[in-house]
Amino acid sequence: MFSFPNIAYFIPLLPLLGFLVNGLGRKHLSKGAIAWIGSGVLALAFAASLVVFLNLPSGGPTLLNAFDFIRIGELRIPFAFQLDALSSLFLLIITGIGFLIHVYSSAYMHEESAEHYGRYFAYLNLFVFSMLLLVMGANYVIMFIGWEGVGLCSYLLIGYWFRKPAYTQAANKAFVMNRVGDLAFLIAIFWLIARTGSVNFVDLPAALSSLSSSDITWITMLLFVGATGKSAQIPLYTWLPDAMAGPTPVSALIHAATMVTAGIYMIARSNLLYTAAPLTLNVIAVIGIATALLAASIAIRQNDIKKVLAYSTVSQLGMMFLAIGAGAYGAAVFHVMTHAFFKALLFLGSGSVIHAMSGEQDIRRMGGLKKALPITYFTFLIGCIAIAGIPPFSGFFSKDAILLSAFLKSPILFGIALFSALLTAFYMFRLLFLTFGGSFRGTEEQKHHLHESPLAMTLPLMVLAVLSVIGGWVGIPKLFLHDGERLIEFLSPVIPVVEGHAISHSTEYLLMGLSTALVLSVIFFAWTRYRQYRSEESSAPFARLLENKWYVDELYQTAIVQPLHRFGGWLRSFFEPKVVDGLIQGVGRSIRYISQQIRLLQSGQTGNYALWMVISIVVILSIQFFVRK
Amino acid sequence: MIALLLFLVPLIGGLLTFLPNKSGMARSLALGSALLSLAGVIAGLTLFKQPLYWEFDAEWLQTLGSRFSLKGDAMGMLMSLLTSIGVLLAVLGSWNNDVQGTNRFYGLLLWMQAGMMVVFLASDALLFYFGWELALIPAYFLCSIWGGEKRIAVTFKFFIYTFVGSVLMLIGLIYLQSLTPNHSFQMQAFRNLEIPESKQVWLFWLFFLAFAIKVPVFPFHTWQPDTYEQSPTTVTMLLSGVMVKMGLVAMIRWMLPILGIGVFIWSDVVICLSVIGILYASLIAIRQDDLKRLIAYSSIAHMGLTVAALFSLSGFSNNSNVVLQYHQVGFQGILLQLFSHGINILGMWLLADRIERRFGTRKLSELGGLARTAPTFTIFFLLIAFANIALPLTNAFPGEFLQFNALFHAQSPYRFVFLVLAGLGVILSAIYTLNMVRRIFFGETNQATENGLRLSTAESLALSLVVGLILVFGVYPQAVLDFTNDFSREYVKAIDITRFLAK
Repeated sequence: MFSFPNIAYFIPLLPLLGFLVNGLGRKHLSKGAIAWIGSGVLALAFAASLVVFLNLPSGGPTLLNAFDFIRIGELRIPFAFQLDALSSLFLLIITGIGFLIHVYSSAYMHEESAEHYGRYFAYLNLFVFSMLLLVMGANYVIMFIGWEGVGLCSYLLIGYWFRKPAYTQAANKAFVMNRVGDLAFLIAIFWLIARTGSVNFVDLPAALSSLSSSDITWITMLLFVGATGKSAQIPLYTWLPDAMAGPTPVSALIHAATMVTAGIYMIARSNLLYTAAPLTLNVIAVIGIATALLAASIAIRQNDIKKVLAYSTVSQLGMMFLAIGAGAYGAAVFHVMTHAFFKALLFLGSGSVIHAMSGEQDIRRMGGLKKALPITYFTFLIGCIAIAGIPPFSGFFSKDAILLSAFLKSPILFGIALFSALLTAFYMFRLLFLTFGGSFRGTEEQKHHLHESPLAMTLPLMVLAVLSVIGGWVGIPKLFLHDGERLIEFLSPVIPVVEGHAISHSTEYLLMGLSTALVLSVIFFAWTRYRQYRSEESSAPFARLLENKWYVDELYQTAIVQPLHRFGGWLRSFFEPKVVDGLIQGVGRSIRYISQQIRLLQSGQTGNYALWMVISIVVILSIQFFVRK
Repeated sequence: MIALLLFLVPLIGGLLTFLPNKSGMARSLALGSALLSLAGVIAGLTLFKQPLYWEFDAEWLQTLGSRFSLKGDAMGMLMSLLTSIGVLLAVLGSWNNDVQGTNRFYGLLLWMQAGMMVVFLASDALLFYFGWELALIPAYFLCSIWGGEKRIAVTFKFFIYTFVGSVLMLIGLIYLQSLTPNHSFQMQAFRNLEIPESKQVWLFWLFFLAFAIKVPVFPFHTWQPDTYEQSPTTVTMLLSGVMVKMGLVAMIRWMLPILGIGVFIWSDVVICLSVIGILYASLIAIRQDDLKRLIAYSSIAHMGLTVAALFSLSGFSNNSNVVLQYHQVGFQGILLQLFSHGINILGMWLLADRIERRFGTRKLSELGGLARTAPTFTIFFLLIAFANIALPLTNAFPGEFLQFNALFHAQSPYRFVFLVLAGLGVILSAIYTLNMVRRIFFGETNQATENGLRLSTAESLALSLVVGLILVFGVYPQAVLDFTNDFSREYVKAIDITRFLAK
């Protein structure tokens, strides 16, 4: 039971247990107990994930069949888990980072009352459970169960402080936009069932032959639309910045490290289909790069520390989709991993800053926090270097793998991707300098209150900082290390390696050198510009455009939301009562006019009336029934 | 015997409930009858599930060619389970209500149950019609006596609508009887009929209108929001949780196997109406401020999907097992959803009723902040609300999932359009349901909601039962699917019109 592979059952069950205990016992447990239970189940789940990871047989996947979820004739959808290189890697990321963020939360949320503290940890555990279902599921339906489950938890946690209307509105927006993608995902599943009769991942290779190329294009496109919802890509990305209404650890776990990468996971899982759909890959590459660029441009002019990170996440996800579009699924998964390290670090760091600043999130009113929060500063700096992609930090290797794959697809894509990477370096160091550099710009009261966070918060920061430095070493290119690209090799049973780069070593060196040099100069530029705080009030139209996020939210409001709203109102107040019901009422009135008898209904002793009516029916019945016999 | 008992227990129970003048006594009698029925169904589903226990046949109106025959197939058994649960929940939910004339109220309620049981179990068309009316008449009285301010006008509308439907159906049934060789009302005799296409084309509408009004299908739905709003919620529970399913069960049992060609000819029209209904009702629900009307429109949208899925099953398989298999998949989803939607909507009404009784309002704009003052109630509401939007691992998901599959396999050139448009309902349902949740539970409290809400033992029990069923069948829908497997496999063969085309 405690050995491979059955131990894998515990991985999702433990967080589920934590959810139940904390959820049901939140009124009776102390905060300490809640935190220990919430984090403890994650620690155990991480240990179980390690066992799975270390015992994974090379080659084919290991399947665990719990029971049949739906079985009708030939159609069989088992509630089954699939353990292989891809899922085991995600299991480690989810439970590992999940554990750190639970520990961090125990201190970050300490001001909440025990009941709400319990609610928070219950939601967080439920999220991890759903996320684990998503990655462990052995077919698209189980994946979809997790997929909507994480959407639910995201909704619950964004709206965790439910007394603020703006927060719950953001929660609704997130859920509804995700549902748009979910619908496409569902249709893709129906399509797959219709053509192949199976939704199991292991059946995909065999199913390929029964799919026409237009089938494959449709299915992959629909799955990708599903991914744009969950992974916040154009056109469904606008919920993610609003999702920052949730507590900061939630942003780190759900809206940076795990849930939003589900789209990448889903496509990597379906890579066989995608490789057979070149048209879809081109669309993904274009959407990915466009999202990366758009979000990065917005991040430059944001002043809310979490909003900058949110747009950065959208942008980084765009880079991952670019890699997928270029056929480099492995590079995308690699970047998911390193991004999980440094973006979780950055979010938790921002949480530490917000905590110290008594809830302030505007970086224009920060500055000079370096001295008061040395650990936060130092780890945040590491996160910035990692995301900017300076060797040998983790982000460098994964970003480089993506840029290289883009170059192989088209030098133009490479150019745009490099540009968006430079924007990334710029806004991240702008954020760093404005927050930690210069002198303090907040109120006296805030200044007096400034403090470094407790160990429960700084320890996760330090662990993640270490991972942000060394996490990329599993993917050192063969260029530097003969035994390199271990991660790609590890994933090869799931994601077949395409042999042979059509690129010379000298070009590869050149590209790397170019990107590193440019990133360094952009950081220098940011330093000269933001070393001392300067107000950015600007009336330049382009700057305003960026500040207002290209007015995309406004566009959606006027083009979709409001017309639908108005149409619904018109249906309710005019069409339904006047047209549909009006016709019927007309018929009804004329009948009423004719039949006076029915008016009896409206008068007097109706109760007795009913009694006699039914009794007489029964009497007639029984007479017929018994007398005849 | 079980089948007959399920009819007799509420009939006699209702009669007994009429007798005492003390409201407590009447209530206990009603509860006893409801529990006895449920026990009967459960016994019938476990210990006595052989056909022998679920069949009953006796002479009745022999001159008319009608027999008193009840036959519980898997669908009938499932629906009688739903009916007994529904009545039990209705009694529990109204346990703390003070109604004038408790004895008559519960007496009529139980007779409604007796009628519905006959509808779900009858295998004789005239008996079916008898049950149909026996269920409706108490409903009229319940609405017109205990309803809200506008009850008279609304009940009248309800009456006219369903009366028109009943008359059309009766004409259709009598006509079908005249076609049978030995003038019989037996279901099997109807199914053996080979009615020419020219007749099926118009016969279809006699039955369809009758059943479509009941479900209701757009645009025959306008009685429903009014009736649901004005009826006492206890009655609304039975109307929407159980009685609405009469229309669907009637379509399944008395239309598709008998008028297969007519159904096939008109199936595109019906699916089109249903899909319009989904979008139409959902859009109106988004703009509803009245909680009961919102739930009513939501129910119209959900039933629209089920009707669309049902008519997608119409067609010819050319005896291909693959096609039959897909039809079975879809049909299983419909059966599952008949049960699940009943449970969920019963839960919704319990919650809505509790809110109305506690705060004296159904307007979302006058509520708010209950998550803080009534946390337990909030959890129940959220769970049931998420079942309403068919979140996976709630009971509504597998049903909807399989129904969409049916739509995808409809033998219609427009099936993909139908699927996508019906799918938009998935998004719209999230919008109105979450909006409702937000406006009732989140934000700040006001004077009315500040003091929160406590659930009585009876209410907690009822809600726990609903939530338990939601989760059990959400995680393991196969329990129901296994139960209805053989029935659905035979059924899709019975409605296949390949045999007619061969001639």
